[in-house]
Amino acid sequence: MAEIAIKGVAKRFGGFTALHQVDLTIADQEFMVLLGASGCGKTTLLRIVAGLERPSQGEVWIGGRRVDHLPPRERGIAMVFQNYAVFPHLTVFENIAFGLRMKKLPQQEVERRVNRTAELMHIEQLLKRYSGQLSGGQRQRVAVARALAMEPDVILMDEPLSNLDALLRLEMRAELKGVLAASKTTTIYVTHDQVEAMSLADRIAVMHQGRIVQSASPVEVYRNPAARFVGSFIGNPPMNFIPATKAENGSWTVAGLTLSGPKSDKPRIEFAIRPEDVDAGGEGLRATVRVIEPLGPHTLVTCDVEGGLFRAILDSNASVQVGDDLRLAPKPDRIRWFDPETANAL
Amino acid sequence: MSVATETPVAGIADAHKAGDWLLIATAVLLCVWVLLPIYLLIVNALSSPDQVTAFPKRFFPSFDLGSLSFFINFAGVARALWNSVIVATLTMILAIGFGAPAGYALSRFDFPGKGTFRFLVLMTRAFPLPLLALPLAVMFIRTGLDDTAIGLALVHTTLALPFAVLITFSLFSGIPVELEEAAWTLGCTRWQAFRKVILPLALPGIAASAVFAFTISWNEVFAAAVLTIENRTLTAFLLQSLGESPLYLKFAGGAALVVPALIFIFAVRKYLFAMWGIANR
Repeated sequence: MAEIAIKGVAKRFGGFTALHQVDLTIADQEFMVLLGASGCGKTTLLRIVAGLERPSQGEVWIGGRRVDHLPPRERGIAMVFQNYAVFPHLTVFENIAFGLRMKKLPQQEVERRVNRTAELMHIEQLLKRYSGQLSGGQRQRVAVARALAMEPDVILMDEPLSNLDALLRLEMRAELKGVLAASKTTTIYVTHDQVEAMSLADRIAVMHQGRIVQSASPVEVYRNPAARFVGSFIGNPPMNFIPATKAENGSWTVAGLTLSGPKSDKPRIEFAIRPEDVDAGGEGLRATVRVIEPLGPHTLVTCDVEGGLFRAILDSNASVQVGDDLRLAPKPDRIRWFDPETANAL
Repeated sequence: MSVATETPVAGIADAHKAGDWLLIATAVLLCVWVLLPIYLLIVNALSSPDQVTAFPKRFFPSFDLGSLSFFINFAGVARALWNSVIVATLTMILAIGFGAPAGYALSRFDFPGKGTFRFLVLMTRAFPLPLLALPLAVMFIRTGLDDTAIGLALVHTTLALPFAVLITFSLFSGIPVELEEAAWTLGCTRWQAFRKVILPLALPGIAASAVFAFTISWNEVFAAAVLTIENRTLTAFLLQSLGESPLYLKFAGGAALVVPALIFIFAVRKYLFAMWGIANR
């Protein structure tokens, strides 16, 4: 059993607070993705779980054991680094075998495990080479194989795909998902790429400025963002945000449309809807078309709504022209409301 | 149109050519300054004693080993050579023994006073040795280190230490810390990670620092002359006998000192360049 519990972990570097009292529980064999922009603290949190940094406060538990005072080698983890950290003075075989030799496993077992993981990562033919003779993608596979060969309770991955070109990233993402699911290991994966997060995760923890803003399944994070940041960060094209003013009887007015909304004392709140959740025509928001981008499967229309930018994804058959006045009807169950000050969902 | 644009371009080209000539002339002068004494040394060391003392001097060595054999057989030379080797080896061991850990600490750890430490290490080179020689000699006599190999080796270590620290510092800084971190996650303690991952990668550079420390000690004259009496190193020996010895002995002795140093420095030039920041193939 390798569930991970992060309790009240905070990390300060001098005057700068990288993590503010973070709490997170990861179930056994769960694939958790820490998602966020650069500087949000996701790598720091991963390194604290790995034991490469000590938290200023808080506890880390792995598999029911408290580990925050233990060095990395005693935590039952294996890590894949962003720059792979493949040892240049050893062959691929010796790289993958490194951790196994440190555990003093018998030669037969070492060979069995190395060959098995090399086959899994499709690098059996490279075992006698040195890392200087490998491409970036091949080195990345060696790094993953090296971690998998350890058969750890927990695998930690720090943006392993970010140094690969786009096509390779796509292929490796699918491969990684298959390999990690089959290995039944608890995984923590750090990335800034929201597509990677959506595709790989059982659960996503969205981080912003040292805090976890929301941690839920990919679909949940996409449909019910708990904060404005989550809504704007996930989804391409991004979510639209329009100010809404209070009307009578608990309704709100947005761009000429009156809707029933949440109860709030504030005179103005934010209305949010995703570009694919509006339909042209009918009772809708008043919009003036500015840019039309026919993308093939659908058309991306950028409009002026209440003076602000609004993106809508319409059917590719929709006949719109620049300068048209449109009515964009939002699907009622997909509307989200946010508090303008706290940025939380209402 | 073409006339107007030709003259200023030609003017700049002329200035460039003059600048180039100056550069070439300066480079040639510097090369002659360095290479001429070495050339004379080798020519005369490989000529017979008579040819060395004759006039006019030869341009090419006659490859007569007369001067060199006289040198080796001269009383006291063999022992002096041996003393040089011992002191240089001790210097090498001490300089690396203290310098490499310091270089590692500077590259991997952040501690208060780090910048000051680096500065101080560099500043020890600014001390003129003649100024320290007499107080050192007095202190050595008092502590009984006078005229010992280890005493002289300590002084030489002080001279070689800045280089050892700085070369190993740039060496360790060039090895990504992720390699050590990966080793820690794979079951290594800090020391094991150093031994299995960092050391194999740093060994060529550490060997280069060691050779450099050896060479510094090998060539050092002043402290050797002041601090050793009976157990002279080769440099001190030649200095002492400078007045009475024949010309060919001086040339042979000079060659015995310079040639090993040249060979060693040439062998480790890549690491010295890296320390001084020149890109090198």
